[in-house]
Formats: sequence, C-alpha cells, structure tokens
Amino acid sequence: MIEIETLIFSLITGVVVGFSAGYLGSIMVLEKMALVGDALSHVALPGLALGILFNFNPFLGAFAFLFASAVIIWHLGRVTRLSFETLVAAVFTLALAVGILLIPEPDLLEALFGDITQVTLLDTIVAVVISGVAMFLTKAIYNRIVLSMISEELATSKGINVARTNLLFLLLVSLVVAIGIKIVGTLLVGFLVVVPAAAAKNVSSNLFKYSVFSSILGAISSFSGVLLASYLNLPAGPLVVLSGVAIFLTAVVVKWTSRF
Amino acid sequence: MQSHYDYILKVSNLSVVFPNQTILDNISFELKKGTTLAIVGPNGAGKTVLFRTLLNLVPYTGRIEWVNKVKIGYVPQRLSVSDIPISVKEFLSFKSTSNMEDSLKLVGLDSKEMLNKSLSVLSGGQLQRVLIAWAIIDKPDVLLFDEPTTGVDIDSEEAIYKMLNDLKKESEITILLISHDLHIIRDYSDYMLALNKCVTFFGESKKIMDPDLQKMIYGEPVCVEIST
Repeated sequence: MIEIETLIFSLITGVVVGFSAGYLGSIMVLEKMALVGDALSHVALPGLALGILFNFNPFLGAFAFLFASAVIIWHLGRVTRLSFETLVAAVFTLALAVGILLIPEPDLLEALFGDITQVTLLDTIVAVVISGVAMFLTKAIYNRIVLSMISEELATSKGINVARTNLLFLLLVSLVVAIGIKIVGTLLVGFLVVVPAAAAKNVSSNLFKYSVFSSILGAISSFSGVLLASYLNLPAGPLVVLSGVAIFLTAVVVKWTSRF
Repeated sequence: MQSHYDYILKVSNLSVVFPNQTILDNISFELKKGTTLAIVGPNGAGKTVLFRTLLNLVPYTGRIEWVNKVKIGYVPQRLSVSDIPISVKEFLSFKSTSNMEDSLKLVGLDSKEMLNKSLSVLSGGQLQRVLIAWAIIDKPDVLLFDEPTTGVDIDSEEAIYKMLNDLKKESEITILLISHDLHIIRDYSDYMLALNKCVTFFGESKKIMDPDLQKMIYGEPVCVEIST
C-alpha cells in the first residue's frame, strides 16, 4: 500500500487527467485520430530519457518532444498530404526505438507503465492546471473542429482556419498526453483518449452528452484504476485500462440491449 | 438597360490553375439580383471549383466583385455526419443560435420534432433541408448550392426545388446552383452558365432542352466570350 498522501495526489491527478483526456479524446475518436494519441505518447520516451540521463525533470523533456513532434507531424501532413495516422506511426516508431535505447532499464518500466507511488503535490498541481487550460482551450475550438469534420468547406466559408485549429488541438493533446504519462505510462496513455470516448459514443445522441460522458468515463476509469493499483500493489496503467474497458463493454451491452 | 446596381455579382477573366492543370480558364459572367443561375457542364468541368473560388477558398486570377456587404449561404455537395453524434440544434447553433425554428419552418420541417434529432438518423431529404436551413439561418443575400439534391429521392427533390422557389419569391434571394438535371435547370433557374473549364454557353435556362445546345455543353468544349 502507498502512503495516504501520495494516494490522494495520485487520485486527484488521475481524475483530472482522465477527465481532460476523455474530453479531448471525444474529438480524436470523431476525427479518426484514435491511434494518434496512443502513438503520440511514445514520442515522449526520448524526452523522458534525456531528463533521466541529464538529471532534469523527465516530464519537461517529454513535453518538449511531444510539442516538437506535434508541430513536425502537422507540418508534414500539410506538405505531404499523408494522413495523421501514417505520419504519427513513422515518428512514433522512431521515437520508441530511440527512447528504449536511451532510458536506463530500471526507469524504463516506470516510463512505460507509470508509477503512482512517485506522484507529488507539484505533479498534482501541474496536472490540475494543465488539464484546466487544455480543456478551456479545447472547449473554445470544439465546435470549429467538429464543423471542419462535417465539412471543411463549410468551416472555411465561416472564416475558420482549419489547419491552425488542428495544430492547436494537436498541441493540446500533447499536453494532456504528457501529464497522463505520470499515471498510466507512455505505453497505455493512449487508452485514456480513446476508450472513454468510444464508450460514450455508444450511448450519446448529441455532442454535449457525448463530450460530458466521455470526460466522466475517463475520470472514473482513472480513479478506479489508481485505487485498485494502490490496494493490489500493482502498476496503475494496466488497471486503469482494465477499468475503462469494463466501462466500454458495459456501454456496448447497454446499447445492444436498448434495441430490444 | 440594367444599371450596375441590379447586379449582385460580376466575374471578369477568372482563372484557376492548380499545379500543371488549368481548372477554370478566363471565366466572365454577371448575375442579377433575385435570379437563379444554374451552373452546368460535364464532370470535371470546374463547377465546384467555381463555387469554391466565389467563396474565396481557392487562389485565383481575375476579378470577383460581389456587391458591398453581401451575405452568402453555402450548401456543399457532401457532409460527413454519419459518424458524429450531433443534433440538428447543435449543428444549426454553430452558425446562429437565433432563428432556428423559423429557418426550419421555411424549409418545411417541424422544429419541435427536428431540433433534438441526431443528424446521422435523418433521411437524405431531411438532411438536405437542414443544410438549407443552415444556409438561410442568418438571412443571406445569395445561396450557393452544389448539387443540392444528390442522394435524394425524386419526390423530395421536387419538393426541395419548389421550396427554394418559394424562398426566392418571399425574400428576393439570389441563387446559384450546380445541377445535372436538365428538367430542374429548365423549371427552377432563370439563366444557365455552361462550363467546360471555360464558358461554353451563357443564356436563358429554357434553352437547355435544345439537343444541339446539349451536345455543345456536354461535348467537346467550344469557348465563348461574354462581354461584361
């Protein structure tokens, strides 16, 4: 069992990260960018490695790598017209290879699967602030992104700069992914932006319900996963994923039974 | 003789060139306020690109002069709504939160029934009407329709064009529409502009039933000059 203070920090961090990841994930699932969040998270590995090697906060390194790769992927997407998923897959495999070579083995497990015993008050404050900012900015551009998904021409004719809006969104995803790494690790953080949204989509008839459900399901997955991890003394990442998948399956059953 | 102020749009020497390909070549035409202009021509003639250019979505050379402070409503050819859980109310609110009921009523839809419906469950005809409601919600001066009845059954198609005609009578709105349907062009537009990269015909729509003219529009392009 971890100390109660650390558990509280982990739970708060988990809930805010799960909530914001669920909110941003609701757009990513609609944009068919479900795997982008997952792949993007691996890009953080070389940044974490540099932090560990040169003795500065590894998450600053993760932020820097995520931001830089988001900009590179966005720019390559505009220049080459390749899909986000193709570009992210190319960048993330490179980053994964470099990261695994650079990170010392004892730290590799923590980077891959997260470690809730290491969450501090500062981590919690950073998570709350970043999640709040990311959600606030995402809310401001939510309708614009959805409209550009429905029709890029309609969005452009309304004066929306679709490319710039997509870049801002990608940067916000990077932010949330970076803070999620602390709880669930780079290997599983992509789950937080995909599964809660997928579950919410099954049971929502409008955007408002969909985004709210997705956020709440993300928060519940993280909360229950972190709580279980502290009692079972297991890594939080896999348990957060299992909790979320249980919620997803419940949503599928609810949708299926509602047909009868 | 019409004065300059009767025209809502003047296009002169408009050309659009994509890398290694001329899409529109030296297009000139004028559009009178309150009329309906049908844009016709074979596939790949540049009809949709012309619309996108008029909306300033595509780089071009030449001149596009809309009257001052013109408000344009646009209905695109396709929407990707099947995978998005969004209600009619939410969709319309992206453009305006007022006039929702009025604009739905104008397109023949019951707002009480429609506002909370998801876009993804609407029939082709209902979706097209919602799109037109979107286009007219902020009371535009001009409506641009890119094949407004694609995927809609014949009855709904007729109903949509009748509704557009009524709308025109009520609000003196100017309409530009792209259509392949010769009967629709004849019955529901005043003028037609035939494109095949360049202008191949510009004149009254009732002439569209002339087989020689059809051959000219849909056959090998022979460009004509229109003095503006």
